[in-house]
Amino acid sequence: MSGITAYGAYIPRTRLLKSAIADANDWFDASLRGLAKGERSVCNWDEDTITMAVEAGQDCLSALGTASVTSLYLASTTLPFLDRQNSVVASQALNLGSSLRTMDVAASQRAATSALISMLEAGVSGKGNALLLASEHRRSKCGSRAEMLWGDGAAAIAVGNEDVIAEYLGSETYVTDFVDHYRGEDSTIDYEWEERWIRDEGYMKSVPLAVSRLLEKTGVKASEIAHFVLASDQARTPAAVAKAIGIAADAVADNHIGGIGVTGVAHPVLLLTSVLEKAKAGDLILLTGFGQGTDAVLLRATDAIAGKRPKTGFGGALARRREDTNYNKFLSFNNLVDREVGKRGELDKQSYLAAMYRRKDLLTGFIGGKCRSCGTVQIPKEKYCVNPECGALDSQDDHPMANAKGRVMTWTADRLTFDWNPPAYFGLVEFEGGGRLMMDFTEVEPGGMDTGVEVSLHFRIRQFDNQRGFRKYFWKATPVQQ
Amino acid sequence: MASGIKDKVVILGMGCSKFGERWDMSPADLMSEAFEEGLADAGIEKGQIQMAWFGAGIDASNVGSSAMPLSIALRLPNIPVTKVENMCATGTEAFRGAVYAVASGACDIALALGVEKLKDVGYGGLPQRTRGVENDMYWPNLSAPGAFAQLASGYRAKYGIEKADLKRAMAHISVKSHANGAKNPKAHLQREITEEQAINAPYIAEPIGLFDCCGVSDGAACAIVCTPEIARALGKADLVSVKALQLAASNGEEAGFSKWDGSYLQTTRVAAQNAYNEAGISKPREEIDMTEVHDCFSITELVTMEDLQLSDEGQAVWDVLNGDFDADGRIPCQIDGGLKCFGHPIGASGMRMIYENYLQFHGRAGKRQLKDPRLALNHNLGGFPHQNICSISIIGRYE
Repeated sequence: MSGITAYGAYIPRTRLLKSAIADANDWFDASLRGLAKGERSVCNWDEDTITMAVEAGQDCLSALGTASVTSLYLASTTLPFLDRQNSVVASQALNLGSSLRTMDVAASQRAATSALISMLEAGVSGKGNALLLASEHRRSKCGSRAEMLWGDGAAAIAVGNEDVIAEYLGSETYVTDFVDHYRGEDSTIDYEWEERWIRDEGYMKSVPLAVSRLLEKTGVKASEIAHFVLASDQARTPAAVAKAIGIAADAVADNHIGGIGVTGVAHPVLLLTSVLEKAKAGDLILLTGFGQGTDAVLLRATDAIAGKRPKTGFGGALARRREDTNYNKFLSFNNLVDREVGKRGELDKQSYLAAMYRRKDLLTGFIGGKCRSCGTVQIPKEKYCVNPECGALDSQDDHPMANAKGRVMTWTADRLTFDWNPPAYFGLVEFEGGGRLMMDFTEVEPGGMDTGVEVSLHFRIRQFDNQRGFRKYFWKATPVQQ
Repeated sequence: MASGIKDKVVILGMGCSKFGERWDMSPADLMSEAFEEGLADAGIEKGQIQMAWFGAGIDASNVGSSAMPLSIALRLPNIPVTKVENMCATGTEAFRGAVYAVASGACDIALALGVEKLKDVGYGGLPQRTRGVENDMYWPNLSAPGAFAQLASGYRAKYGIEKADLKRAMAHISVKSHANGAKNPKAHLQREITEEQAINAPYIAEPIGLFDCCGVSDGAACAIVCTPEIARALGKADLVSVKALQLAASNGEEAGFSKWDGSYLQTTRVAAQNAYNEAGISKPREEIDMTEVHDCFSITELVTMEDLQLSDEGQAVWDVLNGDFDADGRIPCQIDGGLKCFGHPIGASGMRMIYENYLQFHGRAGKRQLKDPRLALNHNLGGFPHQNICSISIIGRYE
């Protein structure tokens, strides 16, 4: 049996109240007020498509255990690099080794579902797993409908032959050059056509076509579908499509427009994780992806589904939230305003690629060293052991530490240094099992930091080199209990 | 067994520019201001100086690298000049080089001069700068207050000190230094402040507030050194000599090995003990009459009192509040205002401290003159609590 073997989810903690967006913009467009229900997820300044993909990937790997990953696909239309394989960055942050297939899949809202179909159709050899990361850091204009309805997020799905939690029954794709929106090569923002036309000529025609072919091929009746995933920022469209096909109304997966917002390429996969989390053995799951046609994938939950849950999952990611009403901060983090950053922010951030490559195990993998002579764990890994009683030369084996728990030894909240989200929290972190590092903190709530606080590690943007269009990543510590 | 530097070298003359926001002064102007005072004090001609050590800590916004800025500024006659840089320990490093040259017999008279021009960058605080290509990729963008604020968190956690008590002791330190600085015409900040002002000032890096931070200043200071024999031959009496010069550099242990607890400065403890041994001091609390310590931030001064063995561990907070280190306390600290108020032009600071010792020993400290001091300890700390360079000089009357 082949199919889905594990899943993981990531939603940025910051949830901007939509009323804050409306408050700032309804002087221009009064219709925004009608959309101002609930909240949307927002990337922190140090999050992007890659960092969210890594978070979702870690969550998925937490359920996969020690099973090997033989290929990694990263699907997104907001990849930070146009030419530097983004999936490779993610694979090294996930410490997946150097012998796996990697690929970025882009250029359509159904990038993730198309990648998933390719993975399922290609199959995986032996005990290996193929890992799909779908992630989107959405860009929209200030005061737009999209700004109200969209959110940032990521999800991960593993495909394999062993311990399958949702069996693959078949797939179908209907292809048509339906341009509901587009983004040209020089733009970062979508240009959209009329909503009603997209509904009537797009969703209502394209999705039923692909689904009916799939149901016919697999011999399944629409009424048997227990979970129907159709991502859309049109609140009533998924239910209308379901009704047209004959799928029960209660099978339609909630798009969480009022809790997350629609997360682009990631959304079908993110919604799939929400469904997998509540699906019972035997449930039929119909996943669709809409964009220049429709992908449709049919799955059936197995007995294994109840026992194989990720550490955080969709529910955990949704619940881990921090309410925000600061619309200006959102604009600032998304480069929608020309912010004064102060002279300290002007320091040149040249990216020294040779040195970065030399240090990639530390920077991307958070790999330290463990001394063969004295057993001391240390990070970074250097020539001589840091233990003053040892000091052995070339004595350290690689020691991955990204999953290590840490405790804060010393800390501060620095308001002098440059930071995109001041104050800059940082301090000395002592890791369980040994090793310590002076490092940046992220996602610290006011009053949430003190000596002794337990922290986990997260792959984040360390610095933007805007002069040269580069960004650098490193690991940061975040308080576990907050 | 090395015999150490004690009493092998004396100070022939010293000079120190006015510290502050010297908008109209170039680094060369500042060097000249300190040098002319030092040369006149020494009572020699420029041509009698045979070697020089030049300290400047922050190149990029400053004087540039190599020996040339000093040699050119002072028009030195093609003598050997060595540039040194060891962060905030730079001034003491320049002094160490000159003292060792004289002690070795390599020359008769040597000059040490430290300078820093910090106010050319266009903003407050120390200039933002690179920490090296690799470090920049993963070190936090920690500012100096951000680095030293962590001492407070480590210290509080170790001794269970209440936030408010520590903040009050930190405020006491700054109030004391402002009171001292107000009596020093060369100080950058010559205004008294209240404990309330210090406590209520906005945070720069929690729990360090504005008044917990030292002045960021332009300035230069210099020393001309020789052997006691040469000083006497030049007609000098009441000599001031070097008793100890010690330096301890972190090796990454505090930052990377699980032993240091973040509540003290390991290098200061090492350098202090070595300096006491070199100077033959067995009871520092009884023997040392005054200290100039690296009060880049009030918390650094507090912790340093313990590292120098002048307070018991965990007690500095109470000793400070008790006024032990005030101008009329048991061991006055920063009688010239310290980095806090005299100011902190990085490369000049170590030499500025020795300058104050020198004035005090000669009874030339004006309104802030202490009663008959005989032995002084100076302490510099370059870098961060978790990795740094500590320099200690002990200066006293040559008896």
